[in-house]
Amino acid sequence: MTTTETAPAVVPDFGDDAEERKICFICSKGNLDMAYPALIMANGALTEGAEVDIFFTFWGMDMINKGTWDKLQFSMLGNTAMHMPGSSKHIPQGLGGLPGMTGYATKMLKKQIADLDVPEVPEFLQMLHDMGARLWACKMSVDMMGLTKDDMYEGVEDIINVNEFIELSSGAQVIFV
Amino acid sequence: MAVTTIANHEVHVDDEGFMTSYDEWDEEVGAALASQIGIDMTEEHWRVVKFLREDFKDQGETATIRRVSTVGGIPTKELFVLFPKKPAKKMAYVAGLPKPKGCV
Repeated sequence: MTTTETAPAVVPDFGDDAEERKICFICSKGNLDMAYPALIMANGALTEGAEVDIFFTFWGMDMINKGTWDKLQFSMLGNTAMHMPGSSKHIPQGLGGLPGMTGYATKMLKKQIADLDVPEVPEFLQMLHDMGARLWACKMSVDMMGLTKDDMYEGVEDIINVNEFIELSSGAQVIFV
Repeated sequence: MAVTTIANHEVHVDDEGFMTSYDEWDEEVGAALASQIGIDMTEEHWRVVKFLREDFKDQGETATIRRVSTVGGIPTKELFVLFPKKPAKKMAYVAGLPKPKGCV
C-alpha cells in the first residue's frame, strides 16, 4: 500500500517537552512608538509558548492608565530617523516643533500600524492578557503619579515594588524598553 | 523537500514536516497530522482548521492568531486551549499550511 520511495514522516518539534521559557518585559516609555516593541515581542513570546510578565514603570504607566492608554502620541522631535513618506530624505527636525505636528505624526503612525491589522494599545493589552500575559504596575510610579488600581486597566494583576519584580523575574530573560 | 506518507496519502513536506502543497491535504490527512502532535480533533478544532484553509485560499498566506480571532471569530483564549502552547504553528501544521509569517 505504501510506496518505498517516501521518506518517514517528520513531525515538527513544537518544544512541548522543553523547559518552560520565561520572558519579562519592562515598559518604561509612554510614547506611541515605544509602546509597541514590548507588546509585539510579548505577543510573539506567548504564541511561542513562553510565560510572559510585563512590568510597567515611569512613563510606561501611560500604557495601562485608562485615562491615557488610548491617547499615546508620537513626536518627530528627537527622532532623526524620520523620512518623507516613501523616501530616504530626512524631515528637518525643526518641523517636528510646529504646532499640530505631533498630532499629525501620531495619526500617520496609527494608520500605518492599523493597516497591518495590529491593534491599538488598549486592545493589544487585552489580547495579551487573554493569551496569559501577567501585567504589573510599578509601586514607585503609582505613588509618584498619584494613581490607584482603579485608574488602571482591569487586567493589571497588581501594584508591585521593585523587589517583588526582581523576585518574579528570577530565571527569566528580561527585556527593557 | 521530501515526500512522505500520511494516512496513506503521499504528501510533500518541508524539512520540519509542514506540508507544502495546498491540494494534497484532506480531512483524513489533517486528523493524522493532529494525532502526530497529540491533538484529537473536535468540532472546534475543525472550525479553526477550516477557517485557516479558506483564508489561505483567499489571502495566499496563513492567518495569524489575531486574524483567526478578529476575522474567523474564534477567541484567542480558545486557540490556546485547542492548540496548546504554540497555537499559531500547530494549527497551521494541522491545516497543511506554512507557518504564519505575520508578527501579530
